[in-house]
Amino acid sequence: MQLSTEHEELRRTVEDFAQKEVAPVIGDFYIREEFPYDLVATMGEMGLFGLPVPEEYGGMGGDYVALCVALEELGRVDQSVAITLEAGVSLGIMPLVRFGSDEQKQRWLPDLAAGKALGGFGLTEAGGGSDAGATRTTAKQDDGDWVINGSKAFITNSGTRITSHVTVTAVTGRDEASGKREISAILVPSGTEGFTVAPSYSKVGWNASDTHELAFSDCRVPEENLVGQRGKGYGQFLSILDEGRVAIAALSVGAAQGCVDESVRYARERQAFGAAIGTYQSIQFKIAEMETRTVAARLAWHDAAEKMAAGKPFTKEASIAKLLSSNAAMDNARDATQIFGGYGFMNEYPVARHYRDSKILEIGEGTSEVQKMLIAKRLGL
Amino acid sequence: MNIVVLIKQVPDTWSERKLSDGDKTLDRASSDAVLDEINERAVEEALKIKEAGDAEVTILTAGPDRATDAIRKALSMGADKAVHVNDEAIHGSDAIATAKVLAKAIGTVGDVDLVLAGNEATDGRSGAMAGMLGELLGWPSLTHANELTVENGTAKAKRETDEGTSDLEASLPAVVSVGEKINEPRYPSFKGIMAAKKKPVTTLGIADLGLDASEVGLAGSLVQVDSFAPRPPKSGGQKVEDEGDGGAKIAEYLVGQKLI
Repeated sequence: MQLSTEHEELRRTVEDFAQKEVAPVIGDFYIREEFPYDLVATMGEMGLFGLPVPEEYGGMGGDYVALCVALEELGRVDQSVAITLEAGVSLGIMPLVRFGSDEQKQRWLPDLAAGKALGGFGLTEAGGGSDAGATRTTAKQDDGDWVINGSKAFITNSGTRITSHVTVTAVTGRDEASGKREISAILVPSGTEGFTVAPSYSKVGWNASDTHELAFSDCRVPEENLVGQRGKGYGQFLSILDEGRVAIAALSVGAAQGCVDESVRYARERQAFGAAIGTYQSIQFKIAEMETRTVAARLAWHDAAEKMAAGKPFTKEASIAKLLSSNAAMDNARDATQIFGGYGFMNEYPVARHYRDSKILEIGEGTSEVQKMLIAKRLGL
Repeated sequence: MNIVVLIKQVPDTWSERKLSDGDKTLDRASSDAVLDEINERAVEEALKIKEAGDAEVTILTAGPDRATDAIRKALSMGADKAVHVNDEAIHGSDAIATAKVLAKAIGTVGDVDLVLAGNEATDGRSGAMAGMLGELLGWPSLTHANELTVENGTAKAKRETDEGTSDLEASLPAVVSVGEKINEPRYPSFKGIMAAKKKPVTTLGIADLGLDASEVGLAGSLVQVDSFAPRPPKSGGQKVEDEGDGGAKIAEYLVGQKLI
């Protein structure tokens, strides 16, 4: 896949922003574990949150590939900022774009697309992530309301001061024919009585991003807050998970690339035994392998994105891209940290951030094991 | 209001910039080319005037084919249209020859009220274009503006210097060059990038401007580069021995350099 002129210009714009505005300040936010509101606001003004949102709802009218292009450039510099955008769009916005009613779109999308508000998506619970069918949170109908009880774990963008809502999956009954539990998606506005956001988690990485546990205790929202069809909540989520995986793959390729960028620069500068370390074959080979992983992973996300944009099935390609790129990010982060030596262990260095941040790439949005399951399944196993 | 913003594609300041050995002009092929940052501020200022009232913003540049990238960036920020003077004959023009070309090109835009430019490009660094254009057009030029208000047919600018601040005022039409502190330019949005594709760009040669090849380019320039040499490598600098008065000595040095 060749990026179109517009995607290439977007890439350059985001690269410019990431290098000039994110890189100089994000290390301090990370160490303070603080959410970078001003950067998010600028990203909103740039239209990054509205990239795949139709213009009639305040978006840019672009496609999902545009979002992936932006994520790769942000991921190169910092994953916390990139994941804030990724989750903001693929989890906060896309469920409404794909399944929301016109009223819901009118009400929520303009602020979300402008980056003035953020939305979260509550699927994972303490007892299950990828096994989403094991959802224990319930929502019962009562007097024109949904009454929600349960809890959600690891929910990105759910507790910022600009979070407008969280869409949660909940068991809303049993399918009469099959007897299976039906899962629906329900939008809960921030500040609704009975909806509690726990203090931020202490995380290994992504420390400038916002992640919370959520609790729902007799939390009432109007019936019209159902997003999409009743009983289709899980199926709907699965259908947007594939594109989310391409987005995470692009972000991961950015991280892998960031490790290459930093390593090449440092290998030229750093002197040891009378020469720049980049003149030693042990360092050259390491960086050559890092570059190879990055390019292969980029080809994989481009392949998945091309099929996605063409409306072809891309589940297997999305899983391959996600598996390959998250491995590339983690491997490159480990190698880059090794190249940086002691400095690589200092939090203020970008490679140290990538080292801490990249592990979650092998876990979130479907673990590497889940990706392998999906790939094997597509091979008829 | 009809605003023309002058832009220039320059070698990226991060890359190594060279003159070519042949005709001793800028070696454009040897480095990445970008829209000069100070021009982004000029575009931003024009867009702020447009957003506050009613204005049409035209981008004007003189440059080779690849200057279209710089034009597209300015258009994707939100300018309405562009004029691109692209002619082999202008290669090697000095500041005065370039000013002649730009003055003629401004004449093709219609009744222009305001010309905005950066105060100094990062490549040539003559810092004289706004003044020269004002002279050629017979308009006042307010240079190095760090603040600008345009209302009721008047442009008011603040210029900061080492000695203090000057308040400048001129009736329109006028030429204004902007300084680093005037604003923070916006990033183009994706919608802006998409829209820029459809915005009109008029390409003109010097014949369209009523100019003759002998008036521009190396031939028509008063300034020619005879020889050049790379900047000498950085020297060791000045070492201050602290004998209890280190702080004062450093302050003295910085005052001498006009840094404090």
